[in-house]
Amino acid sequence: MMHRVTKYAVTGAALAAAVAFSVSAFAEPAAPNYPKTIGAGEGALNIVAWEGYAEDAWIKPFEKETGCKVNRKYAGSSDEMVALMRQGGGSEYDLVSASGDASLRLILGGNVQPIDVKLIPDFDNFVPDLKAPPHNTIKGVHYGLSYEWGPNVLLYNTDKVKTAPTSWAALYDAQYKGKISVPDNPIQIADAALYLSKKDPNLGITDPYELNAKQLDAVVALLKTQRPLVKKYWALASDEIELFKNGDVVIGAAWPYQTNTLKAAGAKVADLIPAEGATGWADSWMLSAKSSHVNCAYKFMAYVSTPDVQAQQAIYFGETPANLKACDAMNKADAGSCAKYHLDEATTYIKQIKFWKTPQQTCADGKKDCTSYTTWQQKWQEIKG
Amino acid sequence: MSDSSSKAFGGLADALSRGIRRLSAGLWKRPAIGAGLLLAPPLGWFILIYLAALAALFISAFWTVDSFTGEIDRTWTFANFQTILSSDIYRLIAVRTILMAAAVTITDALLAFPFAYFMVRLAGPRQRIVLFTLVLVPLWSSYLARVYAWRLIFANEGALNWVLRHLGFDGVEIGYTNWAMWIVFSYIWLPFMIMPIYAAIERIPYSLFEASQDLGAKAWRTFFKVILPLSWPGIVAGSLFTFSLTLGDYITPVLVGGPGSDFIGNVVYANVGIANNIPFAAAYASIPLVVMAAYLAFARRTGAFDVM
Amino acid sequence: METRAARIALTAWVVFVLAFLFIPIVIILVYAFNASNIQSFPIPGFSLRWFASAYENQEIRTALSLSLKAGLVSTLIAVFLGSAAALAVHRYEFFGRDAVSFMVVLPIALPGIITGMALNSFFVFWGLGLSFWTIVIGHATFCIVIVYNNVIARLRRVPKSLEEASMDLGADGWQTFRRITLPMISTSLVAGALLAFALSFDEVIVTTFTAGAQNTLPLWIFGAIRLGQKLPEVNVVVLVVMAITFIPVLLAYKLTNQAGPMVK
Repeated sequence: MMHRVTKYAVTGAALAAAVAFSVSAFAEPAAPNYPKTIGAGEGALNIVAWEGYAEDAWIKPFEKETGCKVNRKYAGSSDEMVALMRQGGGSEYDLVSASGDASLRLILGGNVQPIDVKLIPDFDNFVPDLKAPPHNTIKGVHYGLSYEWGPNVLLYNTDKVKTAPTSWAALYDAQYKGKISVPDNPIQIADAALYLSKKDPNLGITDPYELNAKQLDAVVALLKTQRPLVKKYWALASDEIELFKNGDVVIGAAWPYQTNTLKAAGAKVADLIPAEGATGWADSWMLSAKSSHVNCAYKFMAYVSTPDVQAQQAIYFGETPANLKACDAMNKADAGSCAKYHLDEATTYIKQIKFWKTPQQTCADGKKDCTSYTTWQQKWQEIKG
Repeated sequence: MSDSSSKAFGGLADALSRGIRRLSAGLWKRPAIGAGLLLAPPLGWFILIYLAALAALFISAFWTVDSFTGEIDRTWTFANFQTILSSDIYRLIAVRTILMAAAVTITDALLAFPFAYFMVRLAGPRQRIVLFTLVLVPLWSSYLARVYAWRLIFANEGALNWVLRHLGFDGVEIGYTNWAMWIVFSYIWLPFMIMPIYAAIERIPYSLFEASQDLGAKAWRTFFKVILPLSWPGIVAGSLFTFSLTLGDYITPVLVGGPGSDFIGNVVYANVGIANNIPFAAAYASIPLVVMAAYLAFARRTGAFDVM
Repeated sequence: METRAARIALTAWVVFVLAFLFIPIVIILVYAFNASNIQSFPIPGFSLRWFASAYENQEIRTALSLSLKAGLVSTLIAVFLGSAAALAVHRYEFFGRDAVSFMVVLPIALPGIITGMALNSFFVFWGLGLSFWTIVIGHATFCIVIVYNNVIARLRRVPKSLEEASMDLGADGWQTFRRITLPMISTSLVAGALLAFALSFDEVIVTTFTAGAQNTLPLWIFGAIRLGQKLPEVNVVVLVVMAITFIPVLLAYKLTNQAGPMVK
């Protein structure tokens, strides 16, 4: 008797759940819902940020000034950020510092809402290319506010690697077998594609994020040769820092953040951008479509766009601000940093970096034979093993 | 308290206790209601929350997701399962996970048994308390911190190599390998294996020991013919924990593993993060589900549930 | 009964296993005093500054209090539901009895990531925002198993004849429960509760999926590890937690221990 009741109850509940089961997701971008002005703060703000993007040095003053208590959740990849922003129906977090390869997914998934840039005083001072870039602005509607940007660099131990490498080929070099580290991120395929586009021009790779099946296969083959040389694919920023500090790895792909942290701890490292150029990231703050702390979010976005905070963030992480006016503040904090991070020649430098963007099946020229990110993810799993 | 109110209070208590007696007598006569009342809350919790959630999750394994927008396409399909079965890498990862779980289980059984035996047979009461506490205390320190500590130990310039080099040996490159994971997993789940084996050995009547001796069996024979079979349920109970905990873990591979260390859990976790591709994650997660269901059925038959 | 050689070998084995169990604990201890925040070996110098900075860290306090609250509430729920289920399964014969024992073990037997994902989707479906209560639901679900196991193991050792004798002597069901059954299982309830609390306090996988923007202590630790900026603070926190929980663990052992017949 009990047994049958149990069975029916289980089946019934499961079927009911299953029939109505759905992950709440829209198929289209959210419509604008701009606030008239930035009102009083709601007292809290939940953000998803890259490691190093929400340091106490500028978060604490913000909390004091606005009364918005900031809860930080760190993520090490765009995939994680997308997942976090979609978690719990999309209402868990208010802001996310999304890179170009997460932003479009969030926009088209309806997870983020348009931002009224008129409410951000410093917007007019932004690098022109970053005011309405295609990765956060669609048909003139801003879904993200550009924050900072920078390249992925080649990091190496100056004690063990005597002559500075000049090419990304160093990461595929058997002399460093077991001493290499690259990010655990499917978007790394683009880095290999960039290198291969210069090494093997016959493949015809022009945009490292737009690879047809044949080009992708060539890149994957290259990455598979790299795998036996890799000590660890780093998923957390601190992974790579430790790998270098503990002598496990002597060369690898990194963000300038790792270089800065290692140098601050006395490690003998240096980084550079090899001859083939670099991929990079341009991060934007994006506002969740279901945010419950909109005022705090706008206050935050306005705050982090000011020259001083932009400078602080840039020097700490090792990246370049979107706000041109940050140059003076940077030089004040760290003489020569404005030039070091190329803010003084931002408009030309920006064109040299191949910013992250989500690979899609439809190429820029309309053809439909480019490989999609899902394929990249599967290939990446194959490469790692 | 005044007289009249205490009388009223007494009256109320009387009525209450009479009511309870009636109720309990009634329940005693009708066991089904008693069982029902006791079972309803826990059963309700499990069925309405846990089992419903599990069922919904595994039903979604037959759906697919649009990778760009994250929208679920609810047409029934075996596509996810086909991808898993036909792809080399997913098969490899599943096999790797299961083999590692087995290796960890065997290692822990070997490490735990003599320890538990000592605790039961050779340790005095006070020593037993000390040993018991020492085994459980690490469980109260964070799992993450302990795994992380091993990462530091295995690093190229970590504690292990420091000791080896001081002893004149070369350092070992054990960090971020499957060997490292094997050691770390065996370490982390060891207390879960020691406790059930201890409980099982403890219940063996001493008289069986003596009887075996009287019949002329030497120590090893007694061990293999008497002690081991009787403590087998404990070993199986412990193995349930070590096997299932290793099968589902994804944090240790991230912290201590390297290339070629990804587990089922990592693939599942990655797919939950990829445009919320829960259907594929659920499909892949059905592997440990099936494995553990089979293992549980086997364990129940050995009587392991009685010793957990 | 064991030979001398066997005794020596076993003792050596115990020492070896204990050393194995405690090496990482020692490492955690040492690194809590690390002067640098980069964890290399040997540590560059000793310093107490992480104790101070951990004490002042508001995030640690919030995470710790959330973990304690969630643990307490989950354990309470688990004690009631787990003991109810154990009593029902032990005392009454009913169809599906085996199924219940099987089902209750599932949250522990299935990988945490499955439980986490399932509950997460479930909460989303019902429109429940992730919050303290979703964390509690997640934890309580596997804490019930722990209490259930402990109580039913004890109930199996309690001869049914005692309850029957009590009834023969005129006690009703409730009195029997209160005076005979409850005292007998009380220590297993407490032990189960302590173990369940320990599990909830250290749980990270299911909690990742059921906590929203908040951090329990393990989630905070994971965030701190990934950030890599203030790692020794993690060590300090872990050390303090270990020191505090020493006593409840001792208590749990004393309560559950009943010397078996194999012991001399």
